Amino acid sequence: MAVLRCETMPVRSQQDVVAVRQSVRSWAVAQGLSLVDQTKIVTAASELARNTLDHGGGGTARLEAVSDDGRAGLRLTFEDRGPGIADVSLAMTDGYSTGKGLGLGLGGAKRLSNDFDLWSRAGEGTRVTITKWK
Amino acid sequence: MERIPILRMGPFLIVSIQVDMHDRLALTLQADLAARISETGARGLLLDISSLEVVDSFIGRMISDIAGTSRVLDAETVVVGIQPAVAITLVELGLSLPGVRTALNVEKGMALLRAATADARQWDAAAGSETSSENADGSAAM
Repeated sequence: MAVLRCETMPVRSQQDVVAVRQSVRSWAVAQGLSLVDQTKIVTAASELARNTLDHGGGGTARLEAVSDDGRAGLRLTFEDRGPGIADVSLAMTDGYSTGKGLGLGLGGAKRLSNDFDLWSRAGEGTRVTITKWK
Repeated sequence: MERIPILRMGPFLIVSIQVDMHDRLALTLQADLAARISETGARGLLLDISSLEVVDSFIGRMISDIAGTSRVLDAETVVVGIQPAVAITLVELGLSLPGVRTALNVEKGMALLRAATADARQWDAAAGSETSSENADGSAAM
């Protein structure tokens, strides 16, 4: 898999979450994703960016335009150095929330993307990577 | 402070969300709407989200909460203009907005609100005449 373009954005405020959504939209358009797929990855990005801010105490979002065997995709990585997730499988369960949300963030983001990877260690932080392929 | 305008048209309030809302703005709108419904005694609320290209779980919950709050304050809510891609994404996300009335566009939404509030008026009128006939019976018995 080749990375054609890469940008890292801060996720430190609610305005940053809005900025991440808008950048993800324009990158998804540039990668040729359909309108429905654009909407899905922007929505997933919004959920994950909010998690980074609310649960991770802020962090970064990395956007990467990728290509695999001629297939274009958009890969997003959300990373924080927050408290980490104590029970990953519980956190993936719909309806489970430690915050003010609905608990649909992680499970929803997974359903909305093609590839999903979650790394977390208590006391070290959390990293979630999702990819949407054209 | 940044705010989303709330318009009043007769017994209805109309809100059209035209900006990509951050979470605090969504919460402010929710509080402003509850205050305006209570102040004006509005019977219905039309929420136009046709400009929203993304509805995530936070905004989805805000929409459900607005509909729930206005119901408690005796006003009907109709959400109009959800984009097809947004509808598909919402359902896949796990949010189908239970208890929220929707219409495809503003025109259909207004028709739905008028019908819902006309029913309510008929009900009020019927209840009113029943009360007066009871009074009439009461005075006849005396």
